[in-house]
Amino acid sequence: MKGLIGKKLGMTTIFREDGRSLPVTLVEAGPCRVVQVKTEEVDGYNALQLGFEPIKEKRVNKPLLGHFKRAGTSPYRVLREFRDWGGEVKLGSEIKVDIFSPGDTVDVIGISKGKGFAGVVKRHGFRGGPKTHGQSDRYRAPGSIGASSNPSRVFKGTKMAGRLGGKRVTVRNLVLADVDPGKNLLAIKGPIPGPPKGYVIIRKGPR
Amino acid sequence: MDLIREFTSKYIKREVPNFNPGDTVRVQTKVKEGDKERLQTFQGTVIKKKGGGTAETFTVRKLSGGVGVERIFPLYSPNLTKIEVVKRGKVRRAKLYYLRKRKGKAAKVKEKIT
Repeated sequence: MKGLIGKKLGMTTIFREDGRSLPVTLVEAGPCRVVQVKTEEVDGYNALQLGFEPIKEKRVNKPLLGHFKRAGTSPYRVLREFRDWGGEVKLGSEIKVDIFSPGDTVDVIGISKGKGFAGVVKRHGFRGGPKTHGQSDRYRAPGSIGASSNPSRVFKGTKMAGRLGGKRVTVRNLVLADVDPGKNLLAIKGPIPGPPKGYVIIRKGPR
Repeated sequence: MDLIREFTSKYIKREVPNFNPGDTVRVQTKVKEGDKERLQTFQGTVIKKKGGGTAETFTVRKLSGGVGVERIFPLYSPNLTKIEVVKRGKVRRAKLYYLRKRKGKAAKVKEKIT
């Protein structure tokens, strides 16, 4: 599937043709370079490895530097693989936002914002307890987590407090509102996972 | 941030007059009724401006038959055909929520004499 690596810039508002406003997330996507071409015969599956955001040579260790040398490209900070690209692509060639056009549906993959150790109300959408009528300490409590002596244990997978966010999240079927090939920008309708400056993968959606 | 501003600048198509809370403005909007389009004007006092860039909005308040009416307009919306400053007002704060409690003469904003 065709795709690009990008950096989330933030959200803003643009206007549709009929004058209604449209919330969009701006992503600086590409230009990416093909760093490795994986094939069925050699690697067992077909994929392209793309690099994004050039860095200085001295920031890269020697094994990685050799990897980039082989592709004939400068070193990159982020490397991501895209399986089953479709179509022949040469090693070292440049891939830019022009593979997308406005109106395309895309999937966006990113690392969601870490929320730390979150309670059950934030993490699982529990209602919490009553605020009034003589209650104390029940406002955001989880309530019962199971029965008593039978089964005398807590079932696996019971929703409880714990770490929330900071995980890989895929949002599917987002619509591209605008593409700016000059500035390498994509405007994606709606929010996408992760903080501004977070790295995301934008992949052409099925259809 | 700069890239965002650069990108959205192409969506800001219209020159917008400089006005502030307290000013009286006349706003002309396109209204769609079925497949017909007509213009509608709304005149009143600006009681707040909010947001920045393409997302900036302003709120206009007027009294219509003794009932307070407030409309929020996106400043750069293509549906606004004209914003006209009728009067400059002299006010000492950015959000004029205190006008909501007032009626008649007390709800008047003094005109700025320049």
